[in-house]
Amino acid sequence: MIEGAKWKKWLWFYLPMGMFILGLLFPFYWMAVTTVRPDRELYRPWNHPLYSPFWTTHPTFDHIKNLLQETLFDRWMWNTMLIALAATLISLLCGVIGGYALARLRFRWAGLLGTAIFVTYLVPQTLLFIPLADIIRDYHIGDTPWALILTYPTFLIPFCTWLMMGYFKTIPKELEECARIDGATRWQAMLYIVFPIAVPGILSAGIFAFTLSWNEFIYALVFLSSPEQKTVPVGVVSELIRGDVFFWGPLMAGALIGSIPVAIVYSFFVEYYVAGVTGSVKG
Amino acid sequence: MAKVLLRDLNKTYDGVHAVKDVNLEIRDREFVVLVGPSGCGKTTTLRMVAGLEEISSGEISIDGRVVNDLAPMDRDIAMVFQNYALYPHMSVYDNMAFGLRMRKFDKPEVESRVRRSAEILGIQALLERKPRQLSGGQRQRVALGRAIVRNPRVFLFDEPLSNLDAALRVQMRVELKRLHDRLETTAIYVTHDQVEAMTLGDRVVVMKDGVVQQEGEPLELYGRPVNRFVASFIGSPAMNFAEVSIAEAGGALWAETGGLRVKVPPAKAEALRRHAGRHVVLGVRPEALRIAGGADSAEYAFDSVVEVVEPLGNEILLDVRAGANAMVARVDPATRVKVHEKVRLAFDPERLHFFDPGSEAAI
Repeated sequence: MIEGAKWKKWLWFYLPMGMFILGLLFPFYWMAVTTVRPDRELYRPWNHPLYSPFWTTHPTFDHIKNLLQETLFDRWMWNTMLIALAATLISLLCGVIGGYALARLRFRWAGLLGTAIFVTYLVPQTLLFIPLADIIRDYHIGDTPWALILTYPTFLIPFCTWLMMGYFKTIPKELEECARIDGATRWQAMLYIVFPIAVPGILSAGIFAFTLSWNEFIYALVFLSSPEQKTVPVGVVSELIRGDVFFWGPLMAGALIGSIPVAIVYSFFVEYYVAGVTGSVKG
Repeated sequence: MAKVLLRDLNKTYDGVHAVKDVNLEIRDREFVVLVGPSGCGKTTTLRMVAGLEEISSGEISIDGRVVNDLAPMDRDIAMVFQNYALYPHMSVYDNMAFGLRMRKFDKPEVESRVRRSAEILGIQALLERKPRQLSGGQRQRVALGRAIVRNPRVFLFDEPLSNLDAALRVQMRVELKRLHDRLETTAIYVTHDQVEAMTLGDRVVVMKDGVVQQEGEPLELYGRPVNRFVASFIGSPAMNFAEVSIAEAGGALWAETGGLRVKVPPAKAEALRRHAGRHVVLGVRPEALRIAGGADSAEYAFDSVVEVVEPLGNEILLDVRAGANAMVARVDPATRVKVHEKVRLAFDPERLHFFDPGSEAAI
């Protein structure tokens, strides 16, 4: 960039970017501050002389202790992890195979099927949970992890299939053709050539699916009822808001700890994730 | 080492008849080039030989065995693709070893074959690299290495040089030819570049709209094109064409058009007599034209005006106009002519071509 235009870069790049980052990170900051703020500061009225909403002078771990001891939070974490992992694995498996078929195999109705799968993704969950509740009752899996492990794929599979279909289309088909001439069957060509190249796509579909299941609320709220079966988003809200009393400290502690696994997953795979979404294979 | 036979080969997809009744016999160790403009069916034909496209009707056999229903892996062929199709997640060594490993060669054999092929192509130093760390020419070599390492019966090349820059293309062309001389494997090569076709092919097959127009040795195609398409496609700069009318005068046939009047050479007179009083297309290659000297007969010479002079060093291309006809003449580099100057050009009567204006077939 030209030397004299430095202030322009500040004005048009760093400033908007800074505001953007501020806006995005503020909720997390608020969550963290509330978690370590003692109750007497938390419920201080705004016109109190020591009112300080943005920081605290007496950080405490009471809310976290409270969360872990008074609620089934560890149980909820375990439930959420199990359900999210199982649903993600099922959806990835179906999505990768389905996406490959839609991208590569020339069969009748392939285009129509692709669109149909996409349309199912567009049906809102708030509409789907009613018929799904019926099905879950009929199969007697209500209030068990299966209720979610088997229903999350209803929106995860279309999503994974579409993402993988797009990714497979960016891989030149000559690679597979060459492998098949080299002596590989179609399955071997998939296994040794296509899938290793598609790892960024598979990972980003997996991360997305995992995040969506981790944060899912409606199905978890409707299909689970006993406290020991709940997931983090539902458990925190249903057990820490009693009537019109909000236990803000433990609530925020739950939200903060609950978002850590997702943050870890993202930070590990962020490069793959970007490559997966932008889809770039260099030959 | 194999003979490849295509019989009445057809391909239709989505209602498009891409390849029409192609018959071709490729002899053992022969280097055959399929050439034509894009969409002429040459790549589809090659892909049918490879087993990557289904055959709509007809038959392909390799060494006497019909391979129509054989999977690509069972045909014992190797193919080099236009975009090289190197496996991006594997090293050069693994790229070359992949086919051997799939065919269950034992480890020492894989190793020795890969090393030997790498040596032939001069890529020993690159074996540990990934494809993205290679230049275009190096990738091309690796793609070739992957093909030769298996020692297949037939090589298939699908425009392998078209992603390279001009200088490298010329160099790789020579190397390909040398490689073929050394390996003596039957090869089918597809290109849209007529220079590549002429320089590489033992035999060249010109295709257009899914139909084989002419097949033969390069110089035969050049010297005796069977129709106007082949005449215009082979050779650069392209053959000059002029629509002329055939008239009989003084016992001889004359081809006439505005600003141009030449005698039909005796060798062609017999065939052209049927066309007397009608229009035909006259074709003459740029190098069959020269600046007329005293020894040239007036019957094969005409006056023209120079419009553009293209001095190329080893030759000069003159874009001239004779009446309504624009022509290109390839003349000696010592020639001194200026734009807008009048020059008298002479034909080589042995090298005049005539084509039927309707069927475009040579007369």
